[in-house]
Amino acid sequence: MSTRPIATTRAVTGIPTGRLAVWWIIASEIVIFGGVLGSYIMHRLGHPEWAHQSIHTNTWAGAFNTLVLLTSSLCAVLAHQAAEEGDGKKAARFLYLTVLGGLTFLTVKGFEWRSEIHHGYTLTSNTFWSFYYMAAGLHGLHVIAGMVLMLFVAADARQGRELQRVENVGLYWHFVDIVWIFLFPLLYIAK
Amino acid sequence: MRETTESPQHSHEDQPQTHHERPGFFRRYFWSTDHKIIGSQYLFTGMAMALVGGFTVYAFRMQLAFPGQSVPGWGRVTASDYNALVTTHGSVMIFWVAMPVLIAALGNYLIPLMIGCDDMVFPRINRLSYQLFLISALVLLGSFLVQGGAFGGAWTSYPPLSAKPQYNLTPAGASLWLGAVALEFVAFLLGGINFVTTVMNSRAPGMKMFDIPIVVWMIIIASILFMASVGPLVAGAVMLLFDQLAGTGFFDPAKGGDPVLWQHLFWFFGHPEVYVVMLPAFGIVAEVLTVFSRKKLFAYKTVLYTAVGTGVLSFFVWAHHQFIAGIDPRMANIFSLTTLLISIPVAEMMFVYIATLYGGSIRLATPMLWAIAFIAEFLLGGVTGIFLGSAGSDIYFHDTYFVLAHFHYTFFPIAFISVFAALTHWFPKMYGRLMSETFGKVHFWGTIIPFNFIFIPLFFLGARGDHRRIYDYSNFPDSMRAGMQDLRVLATLSLVVLLAFQVVFLINYFYSIFFGPKAPENPWRANTLEWVAPSPPPHGNFPEGLPNVYRGPYEYSHPDRVEDFWPQNEAG
Repeated sequence: MSTRPIATTRAVTGIPTGRLAVWWIIASEIVIFGGVLGSYIMHRLGHPEWAHQSIHTNTWAGAFNTLVLLTSSLCAVLAHQAAEEGDGKKAARFLYLTVLGGLTFLTVKGFEWRSEIHHGYTLTSNTFWSFYYMAAGLHGLHVIAGMVLMLFVAADARQGRELQRVENVGLYWHFVDIVWIFLFPLLYIAK
Repeated sequence: MRETTESPQHSHEDQPQTHHERPGFFRRYFWSTDHKIIGSQYLFTGMAMALVGGFTVYAFRMQLAFPGQSVPGWGRVTASDYNALVTTHGSVMIFWVAMPVLIAALGNYLIPLMIGCDDMVFPRINRLSYQLFLISALVLLGSFLVQGGAFGGAWTSYPPLSAKPQYNLTPAGASLWLGAVALEFVAFLLGGINFVTTVMNSRAPGMKMFDIPIVVWMIIIASILFMASVGPLVAGAVMLLFDQLAGTGFFDPAKGGDPVLWQHLFWFFGHPEVYVVMLPAFGIVAEVLTVFSRKKLFAYKTVLYTAVGTGVLSFFVWAHHQFIAGIDPRMANIFSLTTLLISIPVAEMMFVYIATLYGGSIRLATPMLWAIAFIAEFLLGGVTGIFLGSAGSDIYFHDTYFVLAHFHYTFFPIAFISVFAALTHWFPKMYGRLMSETFGKVHFWGTIIPFNFIFIPLFFLGARGDHRRIYDYSNFPDSMRAGMQDLRVLATLSLVVLLAFQVVFLINYFYSIFFGPKAPENPWRANTLEWVAPSPPPHGNFPEGLPNVYRGPYEYSHPDRVEDFWPQNEAG
């Protein structure tokens, strides 16, 4: 790609094209997670006995992970602020911190799942656990995707290129964060 | 803040990109980011898949008309062949023909031209979208070659039939089908985001909301509907894939799941999907009708608002597919009501189109014939839908040929009649040449007449209680009452005639691409911006600079003008 089309540089709505597209991506993702959570909630209401299953989830690990994700979102905001000031290097540093947050989240998650599988709660033991692994797994894939994207954006930002992408990737990261805010009470706290 | 984050290229606005080296054949046609090439890729892939869909329907209709006999070109259709053929026909025609041709191909080709910019806002995502789509098509076709053959659980893929290999007997085919559909959804999500962002942000200077041609509006509304409805089915597809491969029980009551959940997730997408493909078809018809009746579109804003209204309502009708699935009868009442309500905006659009024709100087060129046929045939589809929308009569008609005929009376006009209108209308722009009118009219009558002879018999069969998922009717005395087999044979023979006449179209299309008479820039004397560009438009679309817009798209036969059209880009 040598040049960008003129189309990409126009902004009739006043919103830069990249950010507008991220909002539409988020909108389409909301309905995907909406489908997962809606199905889960309907099942959960029909099966009060699932409370005996959810008691085996590790609420403290989940709470710690919530804190980690929220902190990483703060880093994403700080990266955006640095990008607005034109400081690409600082923005990249904050993005790396955000990636670190994602990595911590996944590590904790890995230990959690290991211990649960070890205790015999696997994907197929019961539909509660099927939902648990499926919903958290789908969310985990989004975390990984966000981290990969951030590494690319950070590499550009370090050299002062494409700084508008720092905000866009941050928006996506906040969305992934918010999905977790819904998953945590539904899967861990509701006992 | 905006100044620092936006790309600082606004100063280059309106300078056409003229210096392009001509890339090699492969990069030009297979790796291009040009929206017109990507549109053509979608179009030709859709055409190829339409041949697959046409061939499968030929094979299983022959089995129904002449059970147990060898079908020329396929051989004996076994029961599992029959299942795979029916499933493939349904899936291919909806997901790999209607969607890519109506939305992806025409959207890609028309949107940047009609809103006056040089390309989509994300050309490389656009290319990725097509590549994912191509892979999904290959995965689907490849599933014919795996152990057990292609999936045979119908395009709705209801569990437990689709979830358990001991029921569907196609363990690999079922998962490949699901994977192909999911991949295809990703492709269209990428495309849809591109379309919506492009139209929101990259319109020509001066093009206000109500100056956007109706077909562009319709594709955008359809893309948003698709984005808003497909999510739950993606979630459902993940769950079904887990049920198939990992042994979970999301849709298995024995393990605490619920098979009706799939029906909800599927139809929450499946019904808006009808409108996802219907709205662009209505958009095409609006463009063609105004051009060939030399009249302003009657009630532009009404069309727009009814389209939005249809889109919103379409999210509240899905359970009319499940009246016999054991849903609460009170729910059935509500969904009957919403279903009957949705016929109001659609009927309103019909009236608007007829009012557009009224008093116009109508010219019955091939595209116009298709557009008028669309209105007439779709009307029949809509009217028969009333019987299926009300729970009382639907319980009798459910899963009969009546449903099938109703569905085809809506989908055939959408996926074929409107597409033929579009292809014949925009052909001069796409290739810079004209198609043959004589061949066009032969193809038109050769398609419309057999089409009615296929599906009117099926209405009668359905009303007499013919169930649609039966491999060999001669096993059922109730389905072999006097005249019923004759109707099946009539439908099948009409289908063969219809398929044969498509050859006329293909010859006309591909011959005219290379040898048709040269077309001027604006052969139909139309107003919209794509006719300002040269035919065919070069890379960058408007070599003389991107156009500005001064008026709405339908200013035909304006009393103050000598010419009966008034292009959107003409100042003054």
